[in-house]
Amino acid sequence: MIYLLLVGAPLLVGLLALVVDSDERRPWLLPFGCTIHASIVAACWKTLPGPAMNGWFRIDDLGLIVLSLASVMFLVCSVYCLEYLRLRKERRNRLFTACLSFILASVSLVAVSRHMGILWVGMEAATLATAPLVYFNHNEKSLEATWKYLMMGSLGIGLALLGTFFLALAAIPFEGRGDPLLIDTLLSRAGTLSLPWLKGAFIFLLVGYGTKMGLAPLHSWKPDAYGESPGVAGAILAGVITACPFLGILRAFQICAAAGLSEFAQGLLVMIGLLSMATAAVFIIGQRDFKRMLAYSSVEHMGILALGVGLGPAGSFAALLHLINNGLTKGVLFLSAGNIHRAFGGKTMDHVRGALRRAPISATLFLLGFVAITGSPPFAPFVSEFSILRAAVDGHRFGVALGFVGLLAVIFIGMATTVLSVVYGIPPNSDSELSAQGDSPLMIAAPMVFMALVVFLGLWLPGRLTAVLSGAARLLNGGAS
Amino acid sequence: MGQLSQLLLAFIVFLSLYLLGSSSLTGCIKIVALQGMCLGVLPLTVRAEGFHPQGLLLAAGMFILKGFAIPWVLLYAIREVKIRREMEPMIGYIPSLLIGAALIGVSFALAERLPVPAGLRTSLLIPVSLATVMMGMLMMISRFKAVSQVIGYLVFENGVYLFGLAIAYQVPWIIEMGVLLDVFVAVFVMGIIINHIARAFDSISTEKLTRLSD
Repeated sequence: MIYLLLVGAPLLVGLLALVVDSDERRPWLLPFGCTIHASIVAACWKTLPGPAMNGWFRIDDLGLIVLSLASVMFLVCSVYCLEYLRLRKERRNRLFTACLSFILASVSLVAVSRHMGILWVGMEAATLATAPLVYFNHNEKSLEATWKYLMMGSLGIGLALLGTFFLALAAIPFEGRGDPLLIDTLLSRAGTLSLPWLKGAFIFLLVGYGTKMGLAPLHSWKPDAYGESPGVAGAILAGVITACPFLGILRAFQICAAAGLSEFAQGLLVMIGLLSMATAAVFIIGQRDFKRMLAYSSVEHMGILALGVGLGPAGSFAALLHLINNGLTKGVLFLSAGNIHRAFGGKTMDHVRGALRRAPISATLFLLGFVAITGSPPFAPFVSEFSILRAAVDGHRFGVALGFVGLLAVIFIGMATTVLSVVYGIPPNSDSELSAQGDSPLMIAAPMVFMALVVFLGLWLPGRLTAVLSGAARLLNGGAS
Repeated sequence: MGQLSQLLLAFIVFLSLYLLGSSSLTGCIKIVALQGMCLGVLPLTVRAEGFHPQGLLLAAGMFILKGFAIPWVLLYAIREVKIRREMEPMIGYIPSLLIGAALIGVSFALAERLPVPAGLRTSLLIPVSLATVMMGMLMMISRFKAVSQVIGYLVFENGVYLFGLAIAYQVPWIIEMGVLLDVFVAVFVMGIIINHIARAFDSISTEKLTRLSD
């Protein structure tokens, strides 16, 4: 029942948004739907609901993390949308509003599913619902970004489907006893799985869902899509939609670990993680477009997530914490970057200088977000990045630790050049009519809430959250669910 | 696996090869529609133990969506565009055909080495599916026209679906319905975007989509 509500409520709100005919009233559906969703998730924190529908749906600690992150991000972003869509009166927002709700519904479906097939269906639905968000500006550039997003996304998701089928073939020794794509069945009979097929399945799922996450070398859609979509869509993409394919990879990892293939899977994750960080470092240096810079930063942090999981139990805990921290910090960065973009009417260093003068609060938030995402204390990403480093050192993976720290340093320098030039200096031409748009109450309130959460999690990790995170890390490393 | 299903599988791989060497866009759409219809019929020839109502429903859904609905969306998307032919692709037609033939060989070699379950060992299902997947990917990356890329995606997806047939008797039909619906919506969205590309650039060539880069 609770699963039906989690998926159904946003779905219904989305359908309602398609029916409502007023561009002014429609956006109010978003905070309404997100509040309902958030209160259901809060109920899940109180008591975890049991399995439903032949065990197809159940929330475990891993799913709960993704679900809660999505719910919080959507709730805050929906408030931002109220003001954003009011400023963008020239665009019809019917599809935008409806698709945001559909994304929340599909993300919830991914988070609560215990069946690799349903997980895939939810993921594909989330991908498709995102396309109209990327295309919101309806110009040639956003068209190109949407096309690349659709093509790469479809290819990735198709490869993931192939991987899912491989997984079912690995389960042939079950001889028809039980559904071969049900995660619980796969885990309980992991010892009998056919290992060559399982290895193939993990590789295809990693590459397929990795494309959706934006892991290198299949990240090329990311800078285009993040750069051309509105800031709020960027926040949802970078914070929530990337968490879903990550969950898909984690499910595959869980099965591999149970079948005794953890070393194989961990090796691949460490390799692809470092590769993503290195790729991001190369493209962040000298990046003149600050939204594209954020996209490469997202590639970097997806790499950090993969790397963390590849480093064993301690690293997994840190990676899951980083999933939350990265999502919230990306919320700060994309929303404030969107405000700066609007205040200047451009998003490259040629147009944007001295944001601190034209949009002081957004620029301050952007600067703080940059300091946080590059891993400086006292912000939350510092805690998780430091824990990943410690996991590497404790595991005597000194080469990995050195690469990790070195790449973080290079990325810090690369991002600093762009961010400082955007924030400081003198604005190119002082159009007084534009400057008023920079800081409007709701549009700075939303990133401020994210910032407050980032500071809060950096200073204090609530005991309940720690319990859920360590429960999830145990699941990943062969523990019973 | 009966004689008929083997024949159908051979026909499906032949159609993929034909697509690699064909330049007419409407022709390509019709071929991929035919391939979709073959896929719809295929499960009915595989299962000897009788038909489930769900199986029939799935086959009918497949037949209608891949054979009629999706091609219709694509034909609608290119109706307004004057150009009906693919320009010279990145990899020419003859080299494409040769690569396609090589890919078929590779798939058979690969299927030979994989630990294929006993029931499927003599069947063409797995090699044909792998070959179709690879040829679809080849089309996606080597063509410039947006419609050709979508056709490549469809061929790729058909290959994945064929692979799914190998495990079909174990996976609940509702999942396959979900997959099928998702693919349809994907092509629908792509169709809309193609239409917008055609209007914005006066052509449906993705060669024009090169403004965003680092």
